[in-house]
Amino acid sequence: MVEWTDQERKIIAGIFANLDYNDIGPKALRRCLIVYPWTQRHFSSYGSINTPEAIQSNQKIADHGIKVLHGLDRAVKNMDNIKAAYTELSILHSEKLHVDPDNFKCLSDCLTIVIAAKLKDAFTADMQATFQKFLAVVVSALGTQYH
Amino acid sequence: MTSLTDKDKATVKALWAKISKSADVIGADALARMFAVYPQTKTYFSHWPDMSPGSGPVKAHGKKVMGGVADAVACIDDLTGGLQAKSELHAFKLRVDPANFKTLSHCINVVISNMFPKDFTPEVHVAFDKFLASVSLALSDKYR
Repeated sequence: MVEWTDQERKIIAGIFANLDYNDIGPKALRRCLIVYPWTQRHFSSYGSINTPEAIQSNQKIADHGIKVLHGLDRAVKNMDNIKAAYTELSILHSEKLHVDPDNFKCLSDCLTIVIAAKLKDAFTADMQATFQKFLAVVVSALGTQYH
Repeated sequence: MTSLTDKDKATVKALWAKISKSADVIGADALARMFAVYPQTKTYFSHWPDMSPGSGPVKAHGKKVMGGVADAVACIDDLTGGLQAKSELHAFKLRVDPANFKTLSHCINVVISNMFPKDFTPEVHVAFDKFLASVSLALSDKYR
C-alpha cells in the first residue's frame, strides 16, 4: 500500500479542490495529442485531429479531456486504496480501449506541465514531487489488469 | 527519434531567445525539481556538501547544464558533432545513465512552462521536447 504523509494528502486535496476541470482537462489532452502524436491513435472517430489547430478546436477532444481529468477524482477520494479503486477502469483501458500503458505516462507529463503553467509560483518542487507521485500511483493502478 | 525539421529549429531558437536571460534560474530550478521528484538522481551528487534547492552547488550546476543547452542551440544543425566532447565527458567520466537525460528534460520543460506559460504552447513544447531528445541522443553517442 502507498504511504502518504499529511502534507502530501493536503497538497493533493488542495490541487483538486481548486482545479478548473473545464480548462485543465482539455489543455492536458490537447497537449498530449500534439506533443506525443502517436496517442492520436485512439481518437480517429473524433473528427479532424491531424493538425495542432484541428486538435485545439475539436470539441469532442475538449469534452474528453474533461472526462479524463475527472477520472482522477476516484484516486483523490480513495488515497489509501487507489489500486482497488481503479480495477474497473484498468479493465476498460486494457480490454476495451486497448491503450498502451506507456501512454498514461505521456498524459501525466502533459498534465504536470499544464498545472505548472496554471499554478505558477505555487507549484514548488515539493508540490511537483507530490503531484507526480500521485499520478504515478494512478498510472500504476491503471496498469494492473493488463494481461 | 525523429530529426529536427527547419520549423523545429526555428521554434527552438525563438524560444531560446526569449528564455536565455533566465537560463541560470531555469537550470537551478530544474535540478532542484529533479532531485525532489526523482530522488535516485541525487546519487550522482553525493560529493556535494549541500543539495538543497537554492544552494551554491545546485545553482552553479544548473548554470553549467543550461550553458550546455545554449551550446546545443548554437550547434543545432550538427548536434552529434557539436556535442562530441560533452558526450565523451558524460560517457567516460560522469557515467550518467542516459535514462536520466529524459528525466532532466521533463523537469526543464516543467520549469519553462511554469515561468513562461504563454510562450510554452503545445506547438513550442513538441519542438523543444524533440530538441532535448536529440540533445540527449547526441550526449549518449559515445557511450558504447
